[in-house]
Amino acid sequence: MTVIEVHNLRKAYGDTVAVRDVSFSVERGEIFGILGPNGAGKTTTVECIAGLRTPDGGTIGVLGRPPHDTALRSLVGVQLQESRLPDKLSGREALELFSSFYPEPADWQALARDLDVPLATRYAKMSGGQKQRLSIALALVGNPEIAVLDELTTGLDPQARRDTWGLIEAVRDRGVTILLVTHFMEEAERLCDRLAVIDHGAVVALDTPAGLIAETSTEQKIRFRPSAEVDLALLEARPEVHHARRHGSQIEVTGSGNLLHAVTSVLAVNQIIANDLRIEQASLDDAFVRLTGRSHSGE
Amino acid sequence: MSVFAKLTLTELRLFLREPMSAFFVLIFPTLLVVILGCVPAFREPQESLDGRRVIDLYVGIAVVLTLAMVAIQIAPAVLATYRERGVLRRFATTPVSPLKLLGAQLVMNLLAAAAATALVLAVGRIVFDVPLAAQFAGFVVAFLLGAAGVLAIGLVVAALVPTGKAGNSVGTLLFFPLMFFAGLWTPREVMPEALRNVADFTPLGAAERALNDAMTGHWPNAVSATVLVGYVAVFGFLAVRWFRWS
Repeated sequence: MTVIEVHNLRKAYGDTVAVRDVSFSVERGEIFGILGPNGAGKTTTVECIAGLRTPDGGTIGVLGRPPHDTALRSLVGVQLQESRLPDKLSGREALELFSSFYPEPADWQALARDLDVPLATRYAKMSGGQKQRLSIALALVGNPEIAVLDELTTGLDPQARRDTWGLIEAVRDRGVTILLVTHFMEEAERLCDRLAVIDHGAVVALDTPAGLIAETSTEQKIRFRPSAEVDLALLEARPEVHHARRHGSQIEVTGSGNLLHAVTSVLAVNQIIANDLRIEQASLDDAFVRLTGRSHSGE
Repeated sequence: MSVFAKLTLTELRLFLREPMSAFFVLIFPTLLVVILGCVPAFREPQESLDGRRVIDLYVGIAVVLTLAMVAIQIAPAVLATYRERGVLRRFATTPVSPLKLLGAQLVMNLLAAAAATALVLAVGRIVFDVPLAAQFAGFVVAFLLGAAGVLAIGLVVAALVPTGKAGNSVGTLLFFPLMFFAGLWTPREVMPEALRNVADFTPLGAAERALNDAMTGHWPNAVSATVLVGYVAVFGFLAVRWFRWS
């Protein structure tokens, strides 16, 4: 069942077109990612979905309603990028206050425990990670059917980031659909069931993370340090091997098909052992660079 | 407890956690009355004041001071900060409209001003024998009209300034001339006539005059009441037109 449908969304600020043409749909219970370089139009897209901005063109349906429908405010939890709280408000006060806004709120104390939100600390005294976790807790405190999370783990340390991923998966397991905006490849690869890659205000690819990687990259790469001199021509004689190169003491072989078997059998015949053998698989990062023609400027 | 009451209570807590703001709203006006009351000459009836004492006048001026503090100094800075930090946008994604937050902030300011006013009147009455407003209903009307007028101006400032800091600066810039016309430095009764004619058409000058009417047993005069209603209407309209949520 489709819970979010976006068709030909368009939004401009003056002469600047932030979103040119974005279409996708999100199914119930999935974690759907929006990935893209800075300024690609990710945040504008989710702000239109959250009813905070009025699109200039296209249509959006959230749970079958237009995004500005007030009934959605208690069904959709939103964590906004760059949204802060009053300095002197404590974690407890914020959670208690926001939980009172909703008809069927979650247990905010349990949420604070799961997310490790400091209850007695005032907002101004919280670390970046604590503020971020409080912000996520506030998005979930209303027991939403859909959670929209913009730059979920920006500002968190690696451990906190992994903890948060675990929490997001737990939230999804409770049946909440999650729309996740991110520029962390690792996060998208680990969490998202499907991804829309947005660049220059348009969707350039839409697939599962594995699908995106497979689509954009067919080449494999193997590196190793041989125990004795290898004749590169012997390696390149195999049809699976496209190139074999020497980098100092290392050899790098690129190719396709059953490349590993081809390389190891050549080495075995010549009684050479491959030390420190590494197979480099294409990552979402590589796929992203190919799709958008630039390396992402994250971290 | 209703959501609005909860929001108002939260705003009140946040207000009390800013020691400077809390001091200037709740304590400073009373402190001013106490300091002026310590000057013996200000406790003597003056012929030029129709037999009233300087301290009698300053109780009304101190009440206007509380209104100016909350409406011009505090509310614009707080609301602009809320917009600057995305607090209003955050509310817009919940079932509670940011209008409620704005309303709670205004009600909190009104409550703080009312508490400060009660303290000024009590200290004036108990320590310096300043009579309570003879026309009490008139006093309440003048207080509410004055509060509405300056809060509408504060909302326009909040709508126009880009940041909380700018709100604070603009508030301070407005505060001194407005309080000048309210008679903080020269009470209306001893102002030159030309100045008095200007003062009567300023929001705090009109509020002070209306309060003074009530203190001396009359209903607020028609000019002051009309001026205040005018400020509420014009600035209220502009605030609604110009206010931005993000």
